Amino acid sequence: MFSNILIYFVVIPVIMLAGLALCRNIKQIRAVAVTGSLALTALSIYLLVDYLGLRAAGHTEQMLFTGAWDWFKPLHIQLAVGVDGISVAMLILSSIILLTGSFASWKINPLPKEFFLWLILLSTGVFGFFISIDLFTMFMFYEVALIPMYLLIGVWGSGNKNYSAMKLTLMLMGGSAFLMLGLIGIYYHSSANPETLTWNLLEISQNGAISKGWQYFLFPMTFVGFGVLGAMFPFHTWSPDGHASAPTAVSMLHAGVLMKLGGYGCFRVAIYLMPEAANDLAWIFLILTGISVVYGAFSACVQTDLKYINAYSSVSHCGLVLFAILMLNTTAMTGAIMQMLSHGLMTALFFALIGMIYGRTHTRDITKMGGLMKIMPFLAVCYVIAGMASLGLPGLSGFVAEMTIFVGSFEHADMFHRVFTIVACCSIVITAVYILRVVGKLLLGPVQDEHHLKLTDAEWWERTATVTLIISVAAIGCFPNFFADLIRWTFSSDIFSVIGMN
Amino acid sequence: MDITILYYLVPSLIMFCCGVYGFITRRNMIAMLISLELMLNAVDINFVVFNRFLYPENMEGMFFTLFAIAIAAAETALAIAIIINVFRSAKNISVSDLSKMKH
Amino acid sequence: MEATIPVLILAIPLFMFLFLGLLGKFMSHKMAGILGTAGMGVTLLLAYFTAYVYFFSGTPEFVDAAGNRLQFVVFNVDWLQFYENLVIRLGFLLDPISAMMLVVITTISFMVHLYSNGYMRDHHGVYEHGFQRIYAFLALFSFSMLGLVVATNIFQMYIFWELVGASSYLLIGFYYVKPSAVSASKKAFIVTRFADLGFLIGILILSYYTGTFSFTDLTSVNVATDTFAVNLGTADHIKNIFANSAVPVFMGGSVLTWALVLIFMGGMGKSAMLPLHIWLPDAMEGPTPVSALIHAATMVVAGVYLVARLFPLYLMETTALEIITVVGAVTALYAAMVACTQLDIKRVLAFSTISQIAFMMVSLGVARPEFHEGLGYMASMFHLFTHAMFKALLFLCAGAIIHAVGSNDYTSMHGLRKHMPVTHITFLIGCLAIAGIIPFSGFFSKDEILSSCLGHGWVPYVWMSFVAGLTAFYMFRLYFLIFWWKEHKVPQGHHQPHDQAWPMTVPLVILAAITCVAGFIPFGKLVSWDGVSYDFMAHFDWSVASVSLLVAVVAILIAMKMYMKENPLPEKMRNALPALWTWCYHRFYWDELYMFITHKIIFNGICRPIAWFDRHIIDGTMDGFAYVTNKASYAIRGLQSGKIQMYVWVYLIGVLLLGLVTAICLL
Repeated sequence: MFSNILIYFVVIPVIMLAGLALCRNIKQIRAVAVTGSLALTALSIYLLVDYLGLRAAGHTEQMLFTGAWDWFKPLHIQLAVGVDGISVAMLILSSIILLTGSFASWKINPLPKEFFLWLILLSTGVFGFFISIDLFTMFMFYEVALIPMYLLIGVWGSGNKNYSAMKLTLMLMGGSAFLMLGLIGIYYHSSANPETLTWNLLEISQNGAISKGWQYFLFPMTFVGFGVLGAMFPFHTWSPDGHASAPTAVSMLHAGVLMKLGGYGCFRVAIYLMPEAANDLAWIFLILTGISVVYGAFSACVQTDLKYINAYSSVSHCGLVLFAILMLNTTAMTGAIMQMLSHGLMTALFFALIGMIYGRTHTRDITKMGGLMKIMPFLAVCYVIAGMASLGLPGLSGFVAEMTIFVGSFEHADMFHRVFTIVACCSIVITAVYILRVVGKLLLGPVQDEHHLKLTDAEWWERTATVTLIISVAAIGCFPNFFADLIRWTFSSDIFSVIGMN
Repeated sequence: MDITILYYLVPSLIMFCCGVYGFITRRNMIAMLISLELMLNAVDINFVVFNRFLYPENMEGMFFTLFAIAIAAAETALAIAIIINVFRSAKNISVSDLSKMKH
Repeated sequence: MEATIPVLILAIPLFMFLFLGLLGKFMSHKMAGILGTAGMGVTLLLAYFTAYVYFFSGTPEFVDAAGNRLQFVVFNVDWLQFYENLVIRLGFLLDPISAMMLVVITTISFMVHLYSNGYMRDHHGVYEHGFQRIYAFLALFSFSMLGLVVATNIFQMYIFWELVGASSYLLIGFYYVKPSAVSASKKAFIVTRFADLGFLIGILILSYYTGTFSFTDLTSVNVATDTFAVNLGTADHIKNIFANSAVPVFMGGSVLTWALVLIFMGGMGKSAMLPLHIWLPDAMEGPTPVSALIHAATMVVAGVYLVARLFPLYLMETTALEIITVVGAVTALYAAMVACTQLDIKRVLAFSTISQIAFMMVSLGVARPEFHEGLGYMASMFHLFTHAMFKALLFLCAGAIIHAVGSNDYTSMHGLRKHMPVTHITFLIGCLAIAGIIPFSGFFSKDEILSSCLGHGWVPYVWMSFVAGLTAFYMFRLYFLIFWWKEHKVPQGHHQPHDQAWPMTVPLVILAAITCVAGFIPFGKLVSWDGVSYDFMAHFDWSVASVSLLVAVVAILIAMKMYMKENPLPEKMRNALPALWTWCYHRFYWDELYMFITHKIIFNGICRPIAWFDRHIIDGTMDGFAYVTNKASYAIRGLQSGKIQMYVWVYLIGVLLLGLVTAICLL
């Protein structure tokens, strides 16, 4: 079991948890958090290299590094792991964000030990989710990732934190209920023979035993279940409140990685296992996600709280992810995954910066701040870069992701898809409006509050976090083909031939 | 006159109903305790009677009754101790007025 | 041709941007200025060399046996692949217009780099805050603009198109403490972004049907042996693709027309055509050298360049060209009228820029191969070249004047000719060139444009001649108001205005010299739409030339009469046509209209209701669920009273009912 590299994505966080339990002061806690997340980052990069090596050596299986160990035999529950290009990309994303999140919560107060314990537990869930290919284990890790959120927001949050924590948890639990229903349904239709029912994704997709009628029922269940976490309209309202109240690292991890669980799940479970229903029912969700894209962007235009702006922007960008997934063609889906990477990194950067600015000015209201460029140039420049990435400046990650999505979406020649593609394209203009509005009000112009003149610029750990994220964002933006190729591999399988996907 | 089982059961039933009636209507804890004892004793009678009439060769009913009486005594002692303590702090032993710990 | 030099042309500015941007604050101001200028100087030499090799070396890569110029892809690197053939590549395309643009961009950019050394200091030689930053941004802009013109495919162009937009945003907002600069930069970015939306959709349509982004495929007029091209073949072939598409006609226009018009919309945004022009006058909030580089000479002509680049495609659907002509003609007149009334000298120049770019657009719009071998195309590019030179010259002069006087408003200038002789002469040369006086460069290029308009019909010719007259008028109005009108009064405690230090004066002189001689460049030999070189003097129409010369001279004389000496004539003119003057002065209220649309309609009419809807309806629904659940639990809470006697009652009743039911069932 321990010969499989993927297991270590769960083992390392568990060791970190044990290590944290033994820690006595903040220095040890930081040491454990940074060492552990560095180890995870190194592991994910090693995995990437290994993965590419195997692909280059001609391994053409759908998933590599597969392994399965029985967990509960009577119900065929296994701990089954395996990765393809998408999972690898997501693992890298998660480890980078965990690393930078650890740096961003360098000065977390109070109860640093407990904070990191919950944070690492959360990331255990995240990593476990991305390596699993067994639906039940996947769901379990999914829940492990969701529950700590309640405490992290409820205890370390700010503002209306009890309400937000409760709302977030309840809405996501509601989504989980749909999801559970869907997953159990899939399980009972996973094979024509009742003796060989399975939770394993690969086997289910090979069996292809889910009848079309059941797909019509199970597809919406799973898609909505994951869609809630992907902030799909109209199930997105946990996101603004939740993000606004969450502490910095949690916002980063939540917007950066957890929301990606939604998109990833929609693809991996809903569409991958039930392509026919996806093909027939995509239009319903296309409308919803299309609304998400524009709606989130318009809402962001009039918010005054930095975190709300960013949360609505996330609704818009994550809407684009689901939108592109539903286009059901290789290019759009590649774009969707790139958008997940891109949005994960840049929104984590945003939330990190907002946390740093909030930590200094003690307000997130853009009408009460101004001219921060003069006071804290480093943070301000980073904010501008994050904004530019968000509005799709070439050379940063947002552009390549969005363009791939648009080109892919435009492949559908009928009026319905065309109209929605163009509507989604409009979001690039609206994004520019709200990003520049924030940049103009917050960073440029004269200094609003004289007390802010005394504030200092970023400390080294803050610089580390932001620079790491900026480099990642620029790496995707400058060398998109590397990531696109990594991801595109996944779609080369003949799974989608059912729906005539090219 | 032959003494049938009914001669025992009817008084026991009356006793039990009195107990229930008292338990429901009384608000005083002592009175409720007494009603409880009535019900308990009615049940005890039934145990003995059924044992005597249905399975005269066995003694389980008798033993059960003895246990029940012992436990009832202990329970009454405990209850009265609680009631006395409640009275000390609340100067009152009416159940409808003792709602301090409810909220 | 080796790829080394082209790579360096792009790499040096990019490196300078990163270098000055990251390390600029660790070096002295002077050092940053010298390094930035030197970097641009090297780029300039390399670009000149490349252009020289392209035009004059005569190697078979660049010119075929018949003497026709070819398009040559120097290198082309895969950047992002969508489909097998649909790949965004980053490359370097050499053809007549890109070689010409290399020269224009590097020349102006170098002049501006040099000039900024002087401009970005105060009178005591103290450097402005953020001096290094402006060099970093200028380098970024130069990189983006060079990348744009050498783009081998339309998506590369879009990429750099966005990058020039961003660097323009950064440079307009250079004085970021000033709220007006911040809002101007925001406006510029958002308006052009909106236009780029059209561009993007146009690209999507075009690439969907043709299956390629590559210019050499789309406009395969004259391609050198090129390993990168898929070559779709002839124009007819592309036309067929569109004609056979699923929806050949959409809302009265063919799909190709729609694609081309949408792409042109992107050009309208960058080139400030009506109605997307509103950002350009405000963009003058940036430092003047920046205005000279970006908002006069290079970035704003990107729209013209885009249309020129896709010209063979546009020729397939002349509807799009007609639209371009109309938009250009209306814009030219509009901007010229507005320019006649503005007070701020940079605004006058900005509107003049809009008007001149519109000239180029019209020229492209009226160009047809049937007439004078596509003279309009050449004229447009020629005018682009000459305009870049003299408009940059005028802006840099304006910068020198503003630097000397400390204000943008001509009312604080007047009579500067004695104080600033060099600036005076060079400014006059610029004015003569833009007015179209022989032998300055503007005369030749404008004359070609008018000739090609005449080829299209009388209406565009008369219209554009009138605008040319207006141009001469407002430029000389500006000239006389700055340098004549009355004696210059120096406010108490101020220095006498004087010519600036050599870094600012040298670029003026060089550009003035170029303006004097550029008209004699045999442009037709170098640039034509299909690469066939011809002698444009053969198409030179002396009757058109003399008419336009006459118009210009008359306009200048009127301006002289009105503005040379202080007199009440301008006041009378204004009072004679108060409505027209007010509308022109307020730029026909376009800004107010946009403010209304953005604030009243989009912000208050869309964004706020949506935000309200989100908070109250959607959130309300979710909260409603929670509320109902809560209320329901409170409602049934009473049952759990904690009263044992109540429970006993319920229990007893239950038992009785059960007994009853059992009894009934048994009986």
